[in-house]
Amino acid sequence: MTADPGETPTGPPGAGMVDLTADPEAAAADIPPALVAQSLGQYLRAWWLRVRGGNSGVLPVVLAIVVVAITFQIVTPEHAFLRPSNLVYIFGLSTVYMVLAMAETVVLLLAEVDLSVGAVALIGGVIAFKLVQQPGPDWPWWAAVLAALVCCGLIGALQGMLTAWLRIPSFVVTLAGFLLFSGILIIVLGGADASVNVSSSVPNQRVIYDMVQGLIVPVAGWVALAVVVGAAGTALWLRAAARRRQGLAAPPVSLTAIRIALVALVGVAVVMICTVNRGTSLVTVEGVPWVIPIVLVVLGAWTLVLQRTRFGRYVYAIGGNPEAARRAGVSLAAIRIWAFALCSATAGLGGILLGSFFYGEYSTNTADPGQLVLYAIAAAVIGGVSLFGGRGKAIHGVLGGLLIGGIAYGVSLLNLGELATPLEYILPGGVLLAAVLVDVLSRRGTGSVTRV
Amino acid sequence: MTEMNEAPEGASRGGDGGEPLLKLRGIDKHFGPVQALYGVDLDLPAGQVTGLCGDNGAGKSVLTRCIAGVHPPDHGQIYFDGRPVHIRSARDAAALGIETVYQDLALADNLDIVQNMFLGREPLHHGLLDEDSMERQAAETLSTLRVTTVRSIRQPVASLSGGQRQAVAVAKAVMWNSKLVLLDEPTAALGVVQTQMVLNLIERLRDRGLAVMVISHNLNDIFEVADRIAVLYLGRMVAEGPAADFDRQRVVEYMTTGSSGMRPFEPAGSASDEG
Repeated sequence: MTADPGETPTGPPGAGMVDLTADPEAAAADIPPALVAQSLGQYLRAWWLRVRGGNSGVLPVVLAIVVVAITFQIVTPEHAFLRPSNLVYIFGLSTVYMVLAMAETVVLLLAEVDLSVGAVALIGGVIAFKLVQQPGPDWPWWAAVLAALVCCGLIGALQGMLTAWLRIPSFVVTLAGFLLFSGILIIVLGGADASVNVSSSVPNQRVIYDMVQGLIVPVAGWVALAVVVGAAGTALWLRAAARRRQGLAAPPVSLTAIRIALVALVGVAVVMICTVNRGTSLVTVEGVPWVIPIVLVVLGAWTLVLQRTRFGRYVYAIGGNPEAARRAGVSLAAIRIWAFALCSATAGLGGILLGSFFYGEYSTNTADPGQLVLYAIAAAVIGGVSLFGGRGKAIHGVLGGLLIGGIAYGVSLLNLGELATPLEYILPGGVLLAAVLVDVLSRRGTGSVTRV
Repeated sequence: MTEMNEAPEGASRGGDGGEPLLKLRGIDKHFGPVQALYGVDLDLPAGQVTGLCGDNGAGKSVLTRCIAGVHPPDHGQIYFDGRPVHIRSARDAAALGIETVYQDLALADNLDIVQNMFLGREPLHHGLLDEDSMERQAAETLSTLRVTTVRSIRQPVASLSGGQRQAVAVAKAVMWNSKLVLLDEPTAALGVVQTQMVLNLIERLRDRGLAVMVISHNLNDIFEVADRIAVLYLGRMVAEGPAADFDRQRVVEYMTTGSSGMRPFEPAGSASDEG
């Protein structure tokens, strides 16, 4: 009996009602392992079958991150890639891609694409930076950030309306948006070589400057980690226990424990890396950058919206089978418009983070909207979000963003001279192609029936 | 039998007495210059399976969509529970307790069974999806229909067999206290075993007192489950009555010529199986 997930499992004749147990391997390949397995051993077996069936979740991107980390550690001069200072820099750089990838994810889930995320992100960043200028508007930082996100949200809603109501392919609408807003960006910025800055010496501007550059004192970082892991772990544990008690589908106890342990482990590793003094002998630089909790909040919010709200459920339904969603009474246009609006608003936050990452300076030199959007889409797809809609989670955008950030920075460490710039495009391009291949092949493997 | 109301017009034509749950009288429907239905009358009694037969283009799907609210009829009257009703949208139909299982099933492959069954009608708890109550209710519905072969109701629909998908679509339709279920070609894409499973499921719906209308090309299936048979020919209802009054030969004649000059003869089975 061989597993062949390429075929939709059909019951063998004479087995009474359709009997999946007669061919457990073929059937198990598509089922989320946590829902079938009673013990950890069964879980691992079911999970492995699923991986072989091409439905591997975060596994490929996690493996890719490990491979990239090891490779760059070997090839970079002085084996500097995994130094804490470099890793923290990668976290900072990656957070921009992570947030943009999460923004792109919601649109990809609808089986649409938003090519304007890069340009819209930069518009959002410039708006926020312009509004806190001291000779100038001098808005409080939170109002400036809010205004930027609202502006971006409106831009997204507009693109969403063109896509949803007129059914112009989102590819075309957002390509036009990309060019349009790349141009408008230069106007808002005040010229092709103009720049706008926020300074760490002005208290109001400092909040924005500190979003990526600011550090949490190590002790507070550890306390926050303990609180977050404790709260999340308890919630996860209680929920799984309650579902198990009621006889609902829930993962085995050991799996819940392993998950919580993994989260704690990753958290401890990140805080430890960030706590190492990466300054010079004169200046102490240590602590977790503020951007890490910011990204975690965005991740939590998007996970909640996508997994636990009607909006999220309808996004997946439209991505999987728009006709089914329409017949179920879902307003496709409303969901699409909201998705584009939320995508662009999230992208606006990414733009603000980008300016903060470049030490508070915004200019057309530091920000290339074309590269940003390609990295955002690449990060989402590499992370495991399907280009064909209906499959993917916010966490995939985060992991994909980390991989892209790692590659981009690793290449810059290599002292390749002339070769560095081409490689910055070629490497992510190659990884993206590999990710799309995995996506396409796994989709073929799971035998989606309604999709041609 | 649950839907036994007082019967002002006397016994229904084919059933075991009582006012039919759904009554169509003089339904006309045209699309532009094309007349799809001409004055169609049809009774769908509760607790009975009505098989709707007809060749391609006879108007089976249009008639289904008239009842389901997708294409409201141009003329004619629909009575539900004895009351005249207007079904102008799928929501109107759902409010009356009429659910339709379309041939393509309208399931989202990437969602699991529970998510599909509640799509568009998710209960909320503090503004968030109430997964626990959805899962309980879905499990209960599936077990009352004795759909017990799925491993987990949390598995994506993509991983189900054709028969299981049909079962999920049917369970989705009956979960909402529906009174009438319309099934469009429920066995068209299924193998022998799975067809049997779906036919058993249809019988269980009848046993629960629902009115069921099954559209099928397959006369084997019709004769196996239908209590009543109705035949459409070029938009006209040419025959309607208890299944016992028909045999395959006659149904085929009605389907292909619109009339039957033949006497009821020959035991079922020797005539052609497919319409």
